[in-house]
Amino acid sequence: MPPTGALRDVAIVAFAQSDHLKSTDELSEVEMLMPVLHEVLGATGLATGEIDFTCSGSADYLAGRAFSFTMALDGVGAWPPISESHVETDGAWALYEAWVKLLTGEADTALVYSYGKSSPGSLRDVLTRQLDPYYQAPLWPDSVALAALQAQALIDAGHTDERTLATVAARSRDAASDNPHAQVRGARPQGDYVVQPLRTGDCPPIGDGAAAVVLAAGDRARALCARPAWIRGIDHRIEPHAIGVRDLTESPSTRLAAERAGAFERPVDTAELHAPFSSQEVVLRRALDLGDEVAVNPSGGPLAANPMMAAGLVRLGEAAARIHRGASDRALAHATSGPCLQQNLVAVLEGEDA
Amino acid sequence: MPDLLKAPMALEFPFTRSLGPVQSAFLTGLRERVVLGVRTGDGRVLVPPVEYDPVTAEEIRDLVQVSATGTVTTWAWNPEPRRDQPLDTPFAWVLVQLDGADTALLHALDVPDATSVHSGLRVRVRWAEERTGAITDIACFEPAQDGQAAGRTPAARHDGAFDDPVTGIVAPARLDYVYSPGRAQTAYLRGLAEQRNVGERCPSCAKVYIPPRGACPTCGVATAERVEVGPAGTVTTFCIVNIKAKNLDIEVPYVYAHIALDGAGLALHGRIGGIPYDQVRMGLRVEPVWSENSRFPDHYRPTGEPDADYDTYKELL
Repeated sequence: MPPTGALRDVAIVAFAQSDHLKSTDELSEVEMLMPVLHEVLGATGLATGEIDFTCSGSADYLAGRAFSFTMALDGVGAWPPISESHVETDGAWALYEAWVKLLTGEADTALVYSYGKSSPGSLRDVLTRQLDPYYQAPLWPDSVALAALQAQALIDAGHTDERTLATVAARSRDAASDNPHAQVRGARPQGDYVVQPLRTGDCPPIGDGAAAVVLAAGDRARALCARPAWIRGIDHRIEPHAIGVRDLTESPSTRLAAERAGAFERPVDTAELHAPFSSQEVVLRRALDLGDEVAVNPSGGPLAANPMMAAGLVRLGEAAARIHRGASDRALAHATSGPCLQQNLVAVLEGEDA
Repeated sequence: MPDLLKAPMALEFPFTRSLGPVQSAFLTGLRERVVLGVRTGDGRVLVPPVEYDPVTAEEIRDLVQVSATGTVTTWAWNPEPRRDQPLDTPFAWVLVQLDGADTALLHALDVPDATSVHSGLRVRVRWAEERTGAITDIACFEPAQDGQAAGRTPAARHDGAFDDPVTGIVAPARLDYVYSPGRAQTAYLRGLAEQRNVGERCPSCAKVYIPPRGACPTCGVATAERVEVGPAGTVTTFCIVNIKAKNLDIEVPYVYAHIALDGAGLALHGRIGGIPYDQVRMGLRVEPVWSENSRFPDHYRPTGEPDADYDTYKELL
């Protein structure tokens, strides 16, 4: 099968994100999200009524607010009634849905946004509720514990060691020095073990944030953006949920999604990887054949800011923004969901003249 | 913002879940101190067992018994156990491949420190004293000095039949949050504490929202200008409640109504009292009745004014 994306050219034409903060107690979710929506629409000059399709990603468990996405819609201005959809996962999958909608020709423009407020709850415990309720959830294995099991498997297999993981963490936060939106900017000590072998520095910061992109098809994209980031391919794949069934040192779902997105047809110059834990970057680099010549997470990546449900969409947005400003010609963006990189989305973005 | 409102909020949800035949046999087996797996079409033994092959999606029902002893395939040292985790002293998370199984089971390993665990360590199940048919019937794993190599005990066929099989689980869950309502609703709640109804006006369409949510859902812009509305208002529509709600000390029947406070751009809802339920009508003028130490009006009662003209509230139904 050829890489999907050939049916109609669709591009990311604008990206905006909030400052990602440890807490945003003074803001409701819609109050946090709305400025980001205004910024991304403002970048294109489009009004809400000129957007053909709106799709969002969020999860009620984070802030403990039922149907929170319906309240977030207040920030869109959904009247007269708009064509709208929502995914209960990272906004990268909302972008995928919007991309499909544009491919069908039913829409020429789409607004995609996502947000997460983790600060009201205890994220490590909240994330245990996504696990299977029979064999895993009753044990409350928190998100760091599961990532630590994966990290130890990588160490045992000789794919990494604690020193290498520390360099991943340091490189990410150093890169984030230039990112005004990042939560952790600049070097910080690796710290103590949270769950051995992962130290504080190997874990993403927990915080609140939002992101939004605008998609457009064909000439509409060219009219809205000087250098659209064309989605040359995008695919997402999933692995078994139970981590004891998987080889945690590999990510075959990432590999397959990348193949189907056309990632290996030509080299990329940039990769924005949604690797919340330093050890997961090791897995993804191997799955994606990324060498040292590729700029990996020049934004700082999720180790510098990891707003749940938005961090994957941020990867697509950061990769696109790099193309918009001419800093990249061909970029790979990756998003993940579930424990230990269970589900993975890969997109390949290109500038027009690349 | 000074004096930000915050309140603890606990979400508790005891999910009652039914089990498929394979899960039922596995969890019933744990109650009887028997560990079962399931064999896939290509001969692999999955422990814990699932109903469908995770690779081929084929329905799988071929149960086997595996050993309660196995080998650690990876581990992670947990220095600070969290509230509901299997042990309340520091422990290792482990994936354990039980002898006879081809996949690994997630659980806790009771060892004194991180130097006491490594991949390849031989471990065995420590059974919980009280077992109900749940994954927690395995209290945890503990080191097994059996001197054996992994996989010495092959899986043996098992019919999965037990007396009084477990057919479901109740999975309790509690998550604790600190709720903060945000800028607009904080201001609204502060006003209510002074028995004032303070809404916010949309700068674009001028509609006054109460309670305010911080954004105009029609225009998609922030509302900021605070506008005091009421205290009196008009019943725009209503219903008669005939069934008593649990834990609610109000005699039925009673009237629950949409009430457009004077100056508000939409109706809020509240109970109507001080008038027989069958005399409440659209257009009835009402005012709030506050009770001590409450942030909300207990109910609304008639003001005695003439009814409002339909045209004054027809857009607020």
